[in-house]
Amino acid sequence: MAIDIKMPALSPTMEEGTLSKWLVKEGDEVSSGDILAEIETDKATMEVESIDEGTVGKIVVAAGTDNVKVGAVILQLLEEGDSADDLSSAPVGGDMKVEDDKGDDKPGTSGAVHPENTSANRDSSGGMPKTKVANDPDIPTNIKLVETTVRDALRDAMAEEMRRDETVFVMGEEVAEYQGAYKVTRELLQEFGSRRVVDTPITEYGFAGIGVGAAMGGLKPIVEFMTFNFAMQAIDHIINSAAKTLYMSGGQMRCPIVFRGPNGAASRVGAQHSHDYSSWYANVPGLKVVAPYDAADAKGLLKAAIRDPNPIVFLEHELMYGESFDVPDMDDFIIPIGKAKVRREGTDVTLVSHSRMVGRCLEAADILAEQGISAEVIDLRTIRPLDTDTVIESVKKTNRIVCAEEGWGQSGIGAEIAAVVVKEAFDYLDAPPERVFQADVPLPYAANLEALSLPGTEDVVEAAKRACYVG
Amino acid sequence: MAKKPAKKKAELKTNKDELLGFYRDMLLIRRFEEKAGQLYGMGQIAGFCHLYIGQEAVVTGCRAAMIDGDQMITGYRDHGHMLACGMESRGVMAELTGREGGYSRGKGGSMHMFSTDKKFYGGHGIVGAQVPIGAGLGFANKYLDNGFVSLAFFGDGASNQGQVYETFNMAKLWDLPVVFVIENNQYAMGTSVERSSAETELYKRGSSFEIEGIQVDGMNVLEVRDAAAKAIKHARDGKGPMILEMKTYRYRGHSMSDPAKYRSRDEVTKTRSERDPIDWARARLMEKKWADEAELKAIDKEIKEIVKDAADFSLESPEPHPDELWTDVLLPVEA
Repeated sequence: MAIDIKMPALSPTMEEGTLSKWLVKEGDEVSSGDILAEIETDKATMEVESIDEGTVGKIVVAAGTDNVKVGAVILQLLEEGDSADDLSSAPVGGDMKVEDDKGDDKPGTSGAVHPENTSANRDSSGGMPKTKVANDPDIPTNIKLVETTVRDALRDAMAEEMRRDETVFVMGEEVAEYQGAYKVTRELLQEFGSRRVVDTPITEYGFAGIGVGAAMGGLKPIVEFMTFNFAMQAIDHIINSAAKTLYMSGGQMRCPIVFRGPNGAASRVGAQHSHDYSSWYANVPGLKVVAPYDAADAKGLLKAAIRDPNPIVFLEHELMYGESFDVPDMDDFIIPIGKAKVRREGTDVTLVSHSRMVGRCLEAADILAEQGISAEVIDLRTIRPLDTDTVIESVKKTNRIVCAEEGWGQSGIGAEIAAVVVKEAFDYLDAPPERVFQADVPLPYAANLEALSLPGTEDVVEAAKRACYVG
Repeated sequence: MAKKPAKKKAELKTNKDELLGFYRDMLLIRRFEEKAGQLYGMGQIAGFCHLYIGQEAVVTGCRAAMIDGDQMITGYRDHGHMLACGMESRGVMAELTGREGGYSRGKGGSMHMFSTDKKFYGGHGIVGAQVPIGAGLGFANKYLDNGFVSLAFFGDGASNQGQVYETFNMAKLWDLPVVFVIENNQYAMGTSVERSSAETELYKRGSSFEIEGIQVDGMNVLEVRDAAAKAIKHARDGKGPMILEMKTYRYRGHSMSDPAKYRSRDEVTKTRSERDPIDWARARLMEKKWADEAELKAIDKEIKEIVKDAADFSLESPEPHPDELWTDVLLPVEA
């Protein structure tokens, strides 16, 4: 039997990749350790090594093929004693279909759905729900729309602002030569050079402080944290040095700085790499905290953040980087910080969330609609300052609210919104505010336990039904 | 790399005007701090109040080696630095009393005053945090190619903070125009350098980062001036940071409520009588016949008046208007 060599998952979140180049041809002898191919993922270009010995029998997926799913057979290797006949049983013709095993809501993870995973259907197999930009108050009419990933939208925002303002620079771990740990800073080094795209050593506390000093010294730094989990080492500078200095100086000091990077749970990376810090930063006066969902917001809000004279914490989501959305093709597309957005109008219940959870709420709204419940979906976009007006206005119409977030519940964003709604719209409420949040445990590694911990579409649906006293 | 000064010091050059200026500047800091201590005792200053008495030569000598445009940043023992930068004693004292006339309009207090005009960047209450921020000012200088150098002051206590070494690494890696001034007053609160530091010769702390360090008699304003001049030139020439370990001493407690159990009264008295930077300058002025008793008395009187004026102002200035509670949290976004 020939050995099937499959498209490997080269990162925790990889779902597919491009088979950019074969380094072997049919008939070649290969041994363990030989490089077979180069594969480009959304994050990097990587080499695939053979772990077996044999003769290349058949190259199943041609070089240059895009969107090769993880797990698809890409090459068949003949072991000693095998003949070409052994290839016949294998799939042929570049069949890239693999079993859809994403029932556990984690792109790139494998394995069947655990029976205890009640949230198993919270992921739609077609990626995150798309957002509509037609009739969007943020976007002028007759503007061409370009499908763009969140990753590229963020990159474009930085590149545009760096072209516009010489004092804008980006610093962080692997932002330059490596092209970004998540490729968000891809090609910035090539365009702007090492003076303005600065690789730092792995010293979050130190480079966050240097960034703050550079901002006080007249520059506009964008400090990338590889993830916000590592920013916990630097949180002293974010809060004590950046957020408080304007006030402590009686308005004299300036600290225009953007701290950005992925926040929250990615996929199967364990408790220390999966922390959602939304409510931590949202607690601090002197900061603005932004957490966009789609690519247009990612771009428009990051541009606004870079121009803002205040320190900004810009929370991205690793699992959103590869998602594509329409982005208006405009010279200067800015979305003002501090405005929530009604993503879907409804009359029976308000679903409030931010970042990736907005997608879950949009999915939940679809499911609820099938059950006769009309849900209004609000994307907070900014969590400090919190646009409570938009939320209150919605609640006055729907009389019910579900606050959904990926982070923990205690002192969470949902807790804050629920408190505001109870205070400001008490007489309009027909049910207690409902909250959806992560299980109150450090995020576990095991696929089933992780899925049980994180809130999903079904949790939002159930909460909405409770709020509507249905079923 | 790191080196101690030669045992036998050549007489350092100065002149009448310079030394009289140093004497005057150091005396202003001392009298100001004494007054602050007094106002604290009267309940007019509250919270933390870290006095700089004894360490005056460090900041005075360093400032003399700086040019206008060079930045200064320090930790919480910061009143002397502000005065050395040319900030008004009235505004500093009124901040200590928490009044509207203070540099931060009463919202910062002893540890949080700034003057972008005088290039003083604080005033930081988190031990060691000023070190990367100071290097960041240097980063901006280099990026903007403006020719300025940033001086980051910190104590022997801060020199054990991890972020200081993260900063040493990057400052040398990128040859930032920054000078690290360690004010080694020998006690981090109540913990002596010997009880807190595996390597007590703090000028050696940059060795692993290829940063040259010099140990300096921080009680001698001329030695401080020369060491600072050398380090600032080094940084301005694009050669990166240097470390200056200033051996100094604080006469007063860490803050106002200090049990003083960690050192003997004799030790304080002995240092004060043998190494006092102001007495040294005074003796030198007399010895060189650059000033006589009457002239020095006139300076003393002038300083006393400045300090009294600052104290009066700080007590007359009203408390900040209640509306100030809500200002300066965020800057408006320009359209």
